[in-house]
Amino acid sequence: MTSEAIDRVVTTAPAAPDTELAARRALRGEWLRRLLRNRAAAAGLVIVVLFVLVATLADVLSPYDPYVGKLSERLQGPSPAHWLGTDALGRDMVARLMHGARSSLQIQLATIGFALFLGTTWGLVSGYFGGWVDDLSMRIIDVLLAFPGILLAITIVAVLGAGFGNIILAIGIASLPGLARLVRGVVLGLRELEYIEAARAIGESHVSIMFRYVLPGTIAPLTVAASLRMASVLLSASALSFLGLGVLPPTPEWGAMLSDARDYMFSSPHATTIPGLAITIVVVGFNLLGDGLRDALDPKMRV
Amino acid sequence: MLRYTLRRLVQLVPVLIGVSIMTFAILHAIPGDPIAVMAPADASEEDIAGLRAEFGLDQPLPIQYLKYVGNAVQGNLGRSLRTRDPVAETLWRRLQFTIQLTIASVVLGVILGVVLGVVAATHHNTWIDNTIMVTSLTLLSVPGFWLSLMLLLLFAGTLRWLPSGGTGGPQHLVLPVIVISHGAAAVIARFTRSSMLEVIRQDYIRTARANGIPERLVVYRHALRNALNPVITIVGLQFGFLLGGSAIVETIFALPGIGRLMVNAIYTRDYPVIQGGILFIALTFVLVNLLTDLVYAIVNPRIRYS
Repeated sequence: MTSEAIDRVVTTAPAAPDTELAARRALRGEWLRRLLRNRAAAAGLVIVVLFVLVATLADVLSPYDPYVGKLSERLQGPSPAHWLGTDALGRDMVARLMHGARSSLQIQLATIGFALFLGTTWGLVSGYFGGWVDDLSMRIIDVLLAFPGILLAITIVAVLGAGFGNIILAIGIASLPGLARLVRGVVLGLRELEYIEAARAIGESHVSIMFRYVLPGTIAPLTVAASLRMASVLLSASALSFLGLGVLPPTPEWGAMLSDARDYMFSSPHATTIPGLAITIVVVGFNLLGDGLRDALDPKMRV
Repeated sequence: MLRYTLRRLVQLVPVLIGVSIMTFAILHAIPGDPIAVMAPADASEEDIAGLRAEFGLDQPLPIQYLKYVGNAVQGNLGRSLRTRDPVAETLWRRLQFTIQLTIASVVLGVILGVVLGVVAATHHNTWIDNTIMVTSLTLLSVPGFWLSLMLLLLFAGTLRWLPSGGTGGPQHLVLPVIVISHGAAAVIARFTRSSMLEVIRQDYIRTARANGIPERLVVYRHALRNALNPVITIVGLQFGFLLGGSAIVETIFALPGIGRLMVNAIYTRDYPVIQGGILFIALTFVLVNLLTDLVYAIVNPRIRYS
């Protein structure tokens, strides 16, 4: 919810020559060195890499089947057999967490992919053509912005029903305004630069100019936005699942695990503490990485 | 200022039309026959026919839309499918509670955020600054629903200092307000800090210092005033996020706000309530943003003439 605010702040910040410079720097790989020299960003990167590794290798790493539990072992605290204890159906928490990481990563990647595709196209067309195209598309964005992000997502899920695909659609659409505005802002700055004018003068088509010359200029700010978005998407998706409007049982997902554990909160606090801690750590990781990327790619965009 | 206000009001018109189209579309975006989805499982043929007539779904779309807008303008948003109460009245009552909760959270968020932001900026690159920045980033990253459960565990469970939910006295609102404001406090702290750092570098601050004005006055009278200008816009935006966040917090703490009403309406497929709820919240958010822009224009005259 709140990293959305940061995105919105970022959308007002970029200035064209800086992004162009940043894009060139990015090519030289200098940004990576600067990123790794920043201790906070490096910590973020480590968290994100671990999260991705656990999510992709869940089948290999997981000590138990995340779907099968023994009722005789329900709601146990941490023990040598179950390092993080068991849930209300006696399922191993480590196994649920690892497979939950996979669900979360799948949702995050699909949502970001969808939102980036839609938002970039939207902002690119809007900023490049300007005029009434820009006016119309920005008015539509204004309408979307009238709905607080998470509520827009909740409403879309309310209409379409819960489930994997609909969460992606709902959070993706809720993420669209921020990304479209960000891209449009960058494109407005790039549009007037000489190399774009030159491309137009030699008769390049609009599509070719947009994708070959304008799009690369948006990569640096979009990388930053995508990393921060990964954080907010995880928060939104787990909130939807917590409300029972996201990933449906028995699929393991961190928000859904919290929702299950809530009824036994006071008797078995470990079951509510652990999934929330996992969400927080991963979101911190993506936020640290996003902040670090912003500083590394374009110091002027620092919030 | 009058011209600026009028211009902003005119700009609202397309937004309001768009919002009305989107809320209208909710009913039509339901996959399949919306009446079949909405009707209770034991509904008779007549009940279903009655519902169909109530929603006027047999008429052409433009007519349906105009009727919807006409009714909405007169404060008629239909009746709840479950309680049969007029939706607008219920929503209005619930919205008042949520707005109170949100205002209390905004106030707490602004106070905490500005204080932390100023302290961080005036101690730039010291351990104080680092601690505040790490804390605010962590607060930004904690899911509100989990923070709610952890606070409940501690203050309602272990310590037994505060009630675990429901309404009664102000003690019932302590935890919800803390949870709703935590993200806003973090965002405002980060924003105030960077805004302060920018202002402190300016020439007039150096001049003020060179003139021997005490550091305290330089910070609070000269720097903070200008640094807070951009923070105003963030506060307006945050109001909307807090309204959205209230849906989850109200559900956890069993509070009688519009957010919980909507979540419950979603569980029971009470579409008139969902439709009206999202309309009410969008209108509130639009209004708050308008007010924010106007306040911003008052304190920052350059905006009025751009």
